[in-house]
Amino acid sequence: MLELLTGFVTELRAAGIPVSLTEHLDAAEALRHVPMEDREAVKYTLGASLVKSSSHWRAYETAFEIYFSLRGPGYRIAGDPDDPSSGAGSDEGEGEAAGSGGRRGQGKGGTGGGEGMTPEELADLLYQALLGANDAMMAAVARQAVTRYAGMEAGRPVGGTYYLYRTLRNLDLDRVLDRLVDQARDATASLNREAPPAPGGPETTLTPLEERLLRDEYQSRVDQLRKEIEDEIRRRLVADRGSQALAKSLRKPLPEDIDVMHATREELVALRKSLQPLSRKLAVRLARKRRHGRKGPLDFRSTVRHSLSTGGVPVDPKFRYPRPSKPEIVVIADISGSVASFARFTLHLVHAISSQFSKVRSFVFIDGIDEVSSFFEGVDDPADAVHRINTEADVIWVDGHSDYGHALTVFWERWGEEITPRSSVLLLGDARNNYHASQSWVVKELQARARHVYWLNPEPRAYWNSGDSIVGEYANHCDEVVECRTLRQLEQFVGGLA
Amino acid sequence: MTGVVDPAGRVGPPPEVVTGFPVAGPPRFDSIAAVREGLAGVDYLADDGIAGVVFLADRLAKPVLVEGPAGTGKTELAKSVARMTGSRLIRLQCYEGLDESKALYEWNYKKQLLRIQADSGQAWDELEGDIFSEDFLLARPLLEAIRSAEPVVLLVDEVDRVELETEALLLEILSEYQVSIPELGTVRATQIPLVFLTSNNTRELSEALKRRCLYLHIDYPLLDRERAIIETRVPGISRSLADQVARIVRSIRTLDLKKDPSVSETLDWARTLVVLGVESIDAERAKDTLHILLKYRSDIDRAAKELAGVESPD
Repeated sequence: MLELLTGFVTELRAAGIPVSLTEHLDAAEALRHVPMEDREAVKYTLGASLVKSSSHWRAYETAFEIYFSLRGPGYRIAGDPDDPSSGAGSDEGEGEAAGSGGRRGQGKGGTGGGEGMTPEELADLLYQALLGANDAMMAAVARQAVTRYAGMEAGRPVGGTYYLYRTLRNLDLDRVLDRLVDQARDATASLNREAPPAPGGPETTLTPLEERLLRDEYQSRVDQLRKEIEDEIRRRLVADRGSQALAKSLRKPLPEDIDVMHATREELVALRKSLQPLSRKLAVRLARKRRHGRKGPLDFRSTVRHSLSTGGVPVDPKFRYPRPSKPEIVVIADISGSVASFARFTLHLVHAISSQFSKVRSFVFIDGIDEVSSFFEGVDDPADAVHRINTEADVIWVDGHSDYGHALTVFWERWGEEITPRSSVLLLGDARNNYHASQSWVVKELQARARHVYWLNPEPRAYWNSGDSIVGEYANHCDEVVECRTLRQLEQFVGGLA
Repeated sequence: MTGVVDPAGRVGPPPEVVTGFPVAGPPRFDSIAAVREGLAGVDYLADDGIAGVVFLADRLAKPVLVEGPAGTGKTELAKSVARMTGSRLIRLQCYEGLDESKALYEWNYKKQLLRIQADSGQAWDELEGDIFSEDFLLARPLLEAIRSAEPVVLLVDEVDRVELETEALLLEILSEYQVSIPELGTVRATQIPLVFLTSNNTRELSEALKRRCLYLHIDYPLLDRERAIIETRVPGISRSLADQVARIVRSIRTLDLKKDPSVSETLDWARTLVVLGVESIDAERAKDTLHILLKYRSDIDRAAKELAGVESPD
């Protein structure tokens, strides 16, 4: 067990969760107090002693599921691990599970043996499982579905996502969801017909509210099934390739380390969630930095003057009061498809800490450019404003493909005068200009007039200046070009600005 | 009551050897299930994670750092554990500017002055030994928790509000269960208190603090647990209404709101509905009482619109 724990800790560290030696010791000590056969208890025990931040929990959970997947009652794999895609043994076991699940559920679907089950029967079984919220049956359906649709091949070095996608595509859960809701609506309607309500009595149709609640209920069951399928795939992968190898390919990055440009929809939600506490923390930290720890230089004149009262001995040295000037920030962001989410996060972050700057002005462009500063005024939540940008800003000039040259030229003509030596200009974008003219003289002019010009590029450094990326041309005139792919990098940069 | 070691070593027992793990007293709980049942007995419905961490905190003699959204029962957990074990709850509410004299101890200097004036003829050595004795010590919550002879539960509430430097005050007490007073020596706990620290996550706590604690994240409860919580905490609510309330709240939490309704707000809402004599909620009623559940204008509008089913297919 100790060895297993050490391996597990190593894996957590590899996934980016900082686990100290003390925490490792604590976990070992803690394990002595919980029953080993209780998998949930072990999971929470290790979690409580090893993981000290809620944003790391997802990564921890994944690692735990992989490491301890084969070691629990009821988690045994149905089927021959050497060849998970077929085999009589597997089908027998599943048929049994499905049968008993069906009997306990609706009394239907019990006939659904593994071997002869058609896709329609499986779909029906799935439907029944969801309708009855029957856990055992759901697990059985998940197994069956994975066996049938995922088409898993032993030894293939891919992550589970591909299999998951294939399984889900075949099950078509969205349609099942609609069918469930329709069914419920019909059921109420027919109930109405059979027993018409007493005159004046309440009618028993589904109100929109009830329908919504019903839909949510089914949705949560569908989510559960999805998770079940995911687990099943993972279990099979572990059996196939061993936990060490799998942990590496399934490792989930922490929210701070997710590559913003290539984030999945699910990851974007996680990012958005972690953005708010992040910006709040940053604001608190910067405010504190401004308040404390800035001692001005010795004010010689004042010290001498005050020393007169002590006979010329400078007992009480006086310091100049520090007056750090707050920078003025001008953000010019590309919000075309490829970098949109990155621009949104940056705008959100900059405005969330706008109290640290004397002024923040934001401009967004694709091939046209528009000022959006007013969207952020008087809004308590930057997220609202960011949402408005997507719908209201006028950023299309010709065809809606990024044209940095045109956008910059227009910016210079209309707002160039307002750039002062106190402004710091942030340009956001991948500088993929679709082979338009670069007009990099604008950046040069900006640099001459502004205090700093920074370029934040959400692409990995290796891709710069390849294809239609012309970041190098602009970089000549920027104080710094920063690679900014993750929230962590973004936070670091913005923190350094103020 | 307390093991006091004089700094000069003149009186008191020899210092004990401090081991890596603080020695836990006799265990308070038999098993995780026992914790959960005990908490249920004082109307706190814990899930496996919560009960497990409380159990471990006792066995390992380690403090628990509780994080989670506001209003999910973090403070309530500490109170319930105190009630369950029949201990006294000592609470330290943290705020910006909290310092040693408010959290740990303070010398009662007025009394010390009086003492000096009363005995002006005494030799200084004697007097000094006298005025820095326990009689002149004002115990603040942390020291009080350590010195208490009866079992206590120490709750350090909203620990994220203090400055990073002030956190250091807590470190000694959290890992060794002792307080060092320069003039007096080290006060060591006679019994290990159960310690809960809560945080709303407004800033990152220091590694040193986190390392000393077990970590517990309390999130919004799942449907079944929330329904059970409503039924236990709201007297006179019918089963169907509790179920409906829990479902509607879950539904609202799936919306992208500024502030999701917390458990305490859910309970307030359920109580309101009971007081109003509502038997089952329809969209109209929900809309009228939403302001109890949600505290932002835009959130209320949004939820009301969604619940009325504007975007439903029919």
